[in-house]
Amino acid sequence: MAAHSAVLSMSKIIKPFWGGHLGNTVKVFGTTLTSHRNKSSLTRENIPPPAKYGGRHTVTLIPGDGIGPELLNHVREVFRFSCVPVDFEVVHVNSAVETEDDINNAITAIRRNGVALKGNIETKHTMAPSVKSRNNLLRTSLDLYANVMHCQSLPGVQTRHKNIDIMIIRENTEGEYSSLEHESVSGVVESLKIITRNNSLRIADYAFKLAREKGRRRVTAVHKANIMKLGDGLFLQCCREVASGYPDITFDSMIVDNTTMQLVSKPQQFDVMVMPNLYGNVVSNVCAGLVGGPGLVPGANYGHVYAVFETATRNTGKSIANRNIANPTAMLLASCMMLDHLKLYDHASSIRNAILNTMNETRLHTADIGGQGTTSEVVQTIMRFIQSKGQLTSEY
Amino acid sequence: VPVASGTGGMQTVTLIPGDGIGPEISSAVMKIFETAKAPIRWEERNVTAIKGPGGRWMIPPDAKESMDKSKIGLKGPLKTPIAAGHPSMNLLLRKTFDLYANVRPCISIEGYKTPYTDVNLVTIRENTEGEYSGIEHVIVDGVVQSIKLITEDASRRIAEYAFEYARNNQRNSVTAVHKANIMRMSDGLFLRKCREVAENYKDIKFTEMYLDTVCLNMVQDPTQFDVLVMPNLYGDILSDLCAGLIGGLGVTPSGNIGANGVAIFESVHGTAPDIAGLDLANPTALLLSAVMMLRHMGLHDYGNKIQTACFDTIRDKKVLTKDLGGNSKCSEFTADICRRIQDLD
Repeated sequence: MAAHSAVLSMSKIIKPFWGGHLGNTVKVFGTTLTSHRNKSSLTRENIPPPAKYGGRHTVTLIPGDGIGPELLNHVREVFRFSCVPVDFEVVHVNSAVETEDDINNAITAIRRNGVALKGNIETKHTMAPSVKSRNNLLRTSLDLYANVMHCQSLPGVQTRHKNIDIMIIRENTEGEYSSLEHESVSGVVESLKIITRNNSLRIADYAFKLAREKGRRRVTAVHKANIMKLGDGLFLQCCREVASGYPDITFDSMIVDNTTMQLVSKPQQFDVMVMPNLYGNVVSNVCAGLVGGPGLVPGANYGHVYAVFETATRNTGKSIANRNIANPTAMLLASCMMLDHLKLYDHASSIRNAILNTMNETRLHTADIGGQGTTSEVVQTIMRFIQSKGQLTSEY
Repeated sequence: VPVASGTGGMQTVTLIPGDGIGPEISSAVMKIFETAKAPIRWEERNVTAIKGPGGRWMIPPDAKESMDKSKIGLKGPLKTPIAAGHPSMNLLLRKTFDLYANVRPCISIEGYKTPYTDVNLVTIRENTEGEYSGIEHVIVDGVVQSIKLITEDASRRIAEYAFEYARNNQRNSVTAVHKANIMRMSDGLFLRKCREVAENYKDIKFTEMYLDTVCLNMVQDPTQFDVLVMPNLYGDILSDLCAGLIGGLGVTPSGNIGANGVAIFESVHGTAPDIAGLDLANPTALLLSAVMMLRHMGLHDYGNKIQTACFDTIRDKKVLTKDLGGNSKCSEFTADICRRIQDLD
């Protein structure tokens, strides 16, 4: 209790100084207070229902840059075709301007609707360092603390490794992505990596809950606590604490460099993996590469209140934009995850089955997985599958 | 910078056998070098930490003296002490000789099959700063801050080494690996320095790539990469990932380049205490590191000869140690390599 009041009084002191602009450190104290109370109670079922008017859901759509706009157009096409009761509120974010008005509008729209589907917003690092990554701003402002990615080997895709089935849960708001940097002396830059007990407990809790929900047997924590003894040590300790409450699930840990080595030689040994932000970036990209590439895997960012869906590896894909060669699978599967979140399970299954049939039975593949199909051909085939299987489209 | 072999005489190399299987693989390497008649004189030293005047831990003075004179070292695996009171020996060596660059060439070994063939890349990792600065604080109970340090000097130094290495080893391109979209100032500084150094090496292609894109592409098609240069943490992860591509730490060579021309080549696997002294160890990693050392010293012919013999033995699959899938002893493996060297002469 003394610790609580100490933190409380400290945040009262610090907030006026920094005016809330040094974002995350103050927010950290903020979440220290709130999430301690609600820690155990919120699962996905308790999220307040998203915006639903007249039986139709409203979802924020952020086209982003690169291949984002064209892929999201295809998503809208498929939704329209399948008569999915979802209306999209499109919010554009211009990555070339320095002001944060655009991204703030997008964040407000997501707060309004509760759910979003987005493409990646490019970060031009030729601009001043004060212009932060828009995607990161979105994640931290909405406190989307869990990034979930499910990597599964697809039978129709040729890869070096088979039978991969890994769920990756990545802490999404702190760690190395705190965006707290300064140049203390000319030529010497310090970048802060923040690990907090609360966020680590939160993500570990999420991981174990998800593992139990999906019937998974093993959770592996990925860390580098032999070097970063305090930071990653704290993360590991939190994971162990949460693990003790789940005796039916095996918990072990692995150092990140060994993890990547194991992933490229024997990825079948992994079940569920939980880790801080940067290692999550590395591991999720390695796993996406192992199952066939960035065009196949969808990703979801969950907070207590909001959920944002996108492709798992968050690529802008500038080099393949507007050439009708991008793989629509990842974005379409992400939209199915969104439909599941909105409890539109039938629509989600119908579209998902159509996608998987196109992938595995017709073998119509885009260039990134070794085929010669165009994006539109793949989407047309998916829609044909939806039409042939369901009664949903033929009503109107 | 390759050291000229002097007046045709022997060159001294400080040998640190290490712990566990270290001594036996070191003697295997010495035997192979003897058969190849390489002009190397080994000076064996022990680097167990001792407490110097003033209470600071340091490596034994005779080891330091030997290294300062010979400038070249070959090291086996060292035991990591737990609760011994002193820091890890690797860290101590790194600090003593300012070993700023860790170089790992990853080349697919024909005959040791992995799902990845035709891997031929080099990872060059900044080894003194970055995320491993060791500066951590507990700000409030439950909030920890780790500091990642990037300096202009260290970034320039590693970039220069990377381009020099590419030039000296006939490599075509250097790729800087970073996350400047998120860590704008720190990785931004690293990237700027790489770009500046690239201006002086117009004959070598310079590209930049995000860490996640590198990981994604590496596991799908590793042939697209040549030389990779990066800060400490990314280097740690990527170099181990690349080692995994070619077969693991048991077959991966590694070199550490320091200031003042010092270079220490080492095997990066563990001490394997369970098989120590049983003549079952695989000397390949240490041998390939020794080959890297020969190339660094300008003795390319000897290096190529020993490497060819080693790869031929592995490709032949008749006398492989257990970790490579065979049933032979370390001494048999070594003898086979020696035989091939004699045949090559």
